[in-house]
Amino acid sequence: MADPAARLLIVDDNKVNRLLLSRSVELQGYRAALAVNGRVALEMLRSEPFDLLLLDIEMPEMDGFAVLEQLKADPQLRDLPVIVTSSVEGLDNIVRCIGLGAEDYLPKPVNPVLLKARIGASLEKKRLRDQQKELVRRFATSEVAQDLQQSGFALGGKRMHASVMFSDIRGFTALVESQPPEETIELLNTYYTLMFDAISGHGGVVNQMIGDGLMALFGAPLPLDDCAGSAVAAALEMIELIEQFNLERSATRKPTIRIGIGIATGEVVAGYTGTQQRATYTCIGDTVNLAARLEEHSKVAGRGVLIDADTQRALTDRVRTDALGAVPLKGKTAAVEIFAVANARPA
Amino acid sequence: MDESAIDKTVYAELQDTAGAEFVADLADTFIEEATGMLAELRSARTANHADRFRRAAHSLKTNGNTFGAMRLGALARDLELKGLDADPARDEAAIAALEVEYARAAAALKDLRDG
Repeated sequence: MADPAARLLIVDDNKVNRLLLSRSVELQGYRAALAVNGRVALEMLRSEPFDLLLLDIEMPEMDGFAVLEQLKADPQLRDLPVIVTSSVEGLDNIVRCIGLGAEDYLPKPVNPVLLKARIGASLEKKRLRDQQKELVRRFATSEVAQDLQQSGFALGGKRMHASVMFSDIRGFTALVESQPPEETIELLNTYYTLMFDAISGHGGVVNQMIGDGLMALFGAPLPLDDCAGSAVAAALEMIELIEQFNLERSATRKPTIRIGIGIATGEVVAGYTGTQQRATYTCIGDTVNLAARLEEHSKVAGRGVLIDADTQRALTDRVRTDALGAVPLKGKTAAVEIFAVANARPA
Repeated sequence: MDESAIDKTVYAELQDTAGAEFVADLADTFIEEATGMLAELRSARTANHADRFRRAAHSLKTNGNTFGAMRLGALARDLELKGLDADPARDEAAIAALEVEYARAAAALKDLRDG
């Protein structure tokens, strides 16, 4: 069955070929758009979505080989299935098309039965690829998905300068016990939606969600200028969003929530850890441990956002902070200088 | 009337898959376009432009084969594969033969269209 939503782009400099191919695919139930050469085709592909390309080789201005090369080099377009329809002479030319990533080659005049089968198979493969990408997007962040697509998967990490944030809901266990599980799930979904929004709005990436807690990265997998400033700005926005959320909850007589946040800045080792079968993108290192400890300590300190000295220095007085002195933290041999972001009460 | 320039089986198959009316219109498009392709072939020969020469021959080959104009397709294919000849006169003669074959094919297509 033809997917009626599928949209094909037919590229051929020859008018008879264009008309005939578009007639063929339309009779098969697809929608078709036409381009007269490779240059025009690439412009169209970069400005509107297509599901499949039927590509001629011998064309003026930009031939089919050049189109295949450009598609291969373009991360947005390299997965677009291409069926070459050509009467170009020489087996070497056909081999070249396949080598450049064409899904298939159909000689002209194109046999409509073969064309139908090839289009169906190519669209099915694309559907599966899209599904896979969607899954990666759902279970990883778009940055990780992009990193995976560009660099491929390899266990191991690289050193990066980043700010790490930990955040969790205070007294969550008591809250869970006081209400039906469905309400807790609903609460968590709203909470995560708000937190994701604040974090991604400042260039951060939520890397892990553990119950009511989350870990976010600013500066990995993709580098970020002013990662510390972005992390603190995100934290302040998170606190503000929770305050608004609490107003709504109070109005409906639901218990309010409070969050605590810890941020540390420094070198992290970021990459994929796990096994070849199951792995996760994460960051490890002292900076990560410190951020987790700061978040824990925010309960003791009774402050909403605690940051380490490196984060505080990077803020260069843009945000007012209170020095809380050197505090012994679990897992640290020496006491650590910590700061609380002013005006950030535990929400 | 000379229909032997067109392989009727190929033409009938085309009609079966694309529809008779559409094929009649498509044949008209071919006839409109082919004049330009032949002119392009001549002009590329004069300008000694191998790419243009090959592309024009290629287009005529493809369209000839689409409609079942097998001899037209074969003559055009020869030019495409051979490319520009060291002796322009040989190409001139081949183009002239191609034009004659095209005229036969066009006439046959018009006859088929008009039933």
